[in-house]
Amino acid sequence: MKKDSVVPRTRGPRSGPALSAADSSKLQPILDRWASVPGSLLPILHDVQAAFGHVPPGVVRPIAKALNRSRAEIHGVISFYHDFRTTPPGRAVLKLCQAESCQACGSRELTAHVERALGCKLGQTSPDGAVTIEPVYCLGNCAVSPAAMLDGELHGRVTPAKADALLEQARSAR
Amino acid sequence: MTIRVCVPRDATALSLGADAVAKAIAAEGKRTGAAVQVVRTSSRGLFWLEPFVEVETKQGRIGYGPVEPGDVADLFAMGFLQGNAHRLSQGKVEAIPFLAKQERLCFARAGITDPLSLADYEAHGGLRGLQRALGMAPAAVVEEVVASGLRGRGGAGFPTGIKWRTVAAAAGTPKYVVANADEGDSGTYSDRMVMEGDPFVLLEGMAIAGYATGASYGYIYLRSEYPHAAKVLNEALATLRAAGWYGTNVRGSGFAFDAEVRIGAGAYICGEETALLESLEGKRGMIRYKPPLPAIKGLFGQPTVVNNVVSLASVPIILDKGGKYYADFGMGRSRGTLPIQLAGNVKRAGLVEKAFGVTLRQLIEDYGGGTRSGRPVRAVQVGGPLGAYFDGSLLDLPLDYEALAAKKGMVGHGGIVVFDDTVDMAEQARYAMEFCAVESCGKCTPCRIGSTRGRELIEQIIQKKNVTANHRQLLALCDVMENASLCALGGMAPWPVLSALQYFPGDFGLPAGKEPAHVV
Repeated sequence: MKKDSVVPRTRGPRSGPALSAADSSKLQPILDRWASVPGSLLPILHDVQAAFGHVPPGVVRPIAKALNRSRAEIHGVISFYHDFRTTPPGRAVLKLCQAESCQACGSRELTAHVERALGCKLGQTSPDGAVTIEPVYCLGNCAVSPAAMLDGELHGRVTPAKADALLEQARSAR
Repeated sequence: MTIRVCVPRDATALSLGADAVAKAIAAEGKRTGAAVQVVRTSSRGLFWLEPFVEVETKQGRIGYGPVEPGDVADLFAMGFLQGNAHRLSQGKVEAIPFLAKQERLCFARAGITDPLSLADYEAHGGLRGLQRALGMAPAAVVEEVVASGLRGRGGAGFPTGIKWRTVAAAAGTPKYVVANADEGDSGTYSDRMVMEGDPFVLLEGMAIAGYATGASYGYIYLRSEYPHAAKVLNEALATLRAAGWYGTNVRGSGFAFDAEVRIGAGAYICGEETALLESLEGKRGMIRYKPPLPAIKGLFGQPTVVNNVVSLASVPIILDKGGKYYADFGMGRSRGTLPIQLAGNVKRAGLVEKAFGVTLRQLIEDYGGGTRSGRPVRAVQVGGPLGAYFDGSLLDLPLDYEALAAKKGMVGHGGIVVFDDTVDMAEQARYAMEFCAVESCGKCTPCRIGSTRGRELIEQIIQKKNVTANHRQLLALCDVMENASLCALGGMAPWPVLSALQYFPGDFGLPAGKEPAHVV
């Protein structure tokens, strides 16, 4: 039999290191709020990401316990949805729409411009840790493509010059 | 007398600086001592004019746009509060041709009312549908919707009334109403406009659906990309509860109904109804086998109505004015009106609600005014990322479920994305497969593996490697995906690819005039 089994028998990398006491006390109110609500895993994960900035692997075990579901299920949900990230993002997150309507209005060139300006690719964080750029497939702002969203704030008709201004705003924010 | 100035709070208007404009108008009013009240309405859907400011005058509402904060002082100086002429003036809003020629049923209040004022909503015909429904037998409500001919506006086009009939007849309590607000198709924003601009109409439609089918609870599954809509819907829900339209005893009728907003997490597949239900249950958004239909065994295994936002928002007017009134619009088996969304490279992008039967050419040329870039239109994608690409020769097709299906296209959610002549259709075809690979739920092999192989084949064709063999292989792969995928994502991702091959073979380095690319 192989020494390292594919399925972790004990606390494996999927559940990550246990949460610190401080983090646990940050998680507890979220679990208290949602544990008895039907189908509440997505709201829990959204709240976790809002509180922690990402979904730390250490939350998998306590969430599984609170919902009486397996750790594999919780991990599976976290990894399925594009929104949930398991590592901290840059100080700002810029989402650039990659879908057809924006393509028709120059989003490919815009994305290339932003990648050059930040020195990183879509899905990565700039080397100075200031901005993470993420692809998004439609922000519903298709009448004024290309669209972008900076930390939840929507922008339309984003030219390279406007993107530079957004990046400047993102860099100067704390 | 205080003059009311309306500035939209729609997400698109905000993305172009509507907040700053509203602030500037209030500040300039204060500075000049003019009696101005800034009202935050929703958008009319004339997005090329946003931020679009409307002034209530004796002659009606006069529109100005697109307004930037820097224009505000000048507008005041030129007397825009009296509706005076200005270079930004668009004249009487109702007379703007783009708007005047529309038939707005679902969007009757768009841009006119304050989205969160229940009094405004009622003053403009709101809640009459629910009021009338509560006085009818639930089965009669279902039949009214059947008579309207309303078909699912999310894309599948299934008759809404028939779905309701099935849920009403299904045994089991509780039953649920789920509003599918996972509007993921690029080029579509009508659901968003309903939720941000007239949230009560959706909630009224959900309550009517609940009453008709015996459901007591509703969920709005809203995509996370729409934070503004989430905020508006939650406020609207609280308002309806406070006014007794939602709750344990709706307006003393004995009917109990409430609902909540649930936020998705960036998965396109969750717009597919069974994947959506899985997601609502807190699982991966993997599609389910059908049968059982969600109408019989849906959310948490209970009978569930799953309807698109626009479908539900069309219900109140059907109950208010009768199924026949609604069915008198449209053509063939496509009854009523469709909110069409003009997007992409189009000069006048915005919302056009018209009876079925309007042609693509009318929409793109008469309403849209051609491309924003001023170059010729080369391709049009209708119905979202799974819809076919059409070339100029097909623009006289009427928008109608059956007419588009005959050309292997679809109405979908009513989005039309326009491309000018700089588009590379081979790249668009490659993207269609890439998108399918990114968003596939992974349950069935044709979609999960086929999308990646499809992307690779198109990349090879673009690089002129084994073009003939790869082309043949791609057609065979598309055939498998179309016929063997479990849901529309894998089943229709080939449509943009095959249509691009058929109408734009040159972009792939293929000779024109060969046999049609469509296998079936």
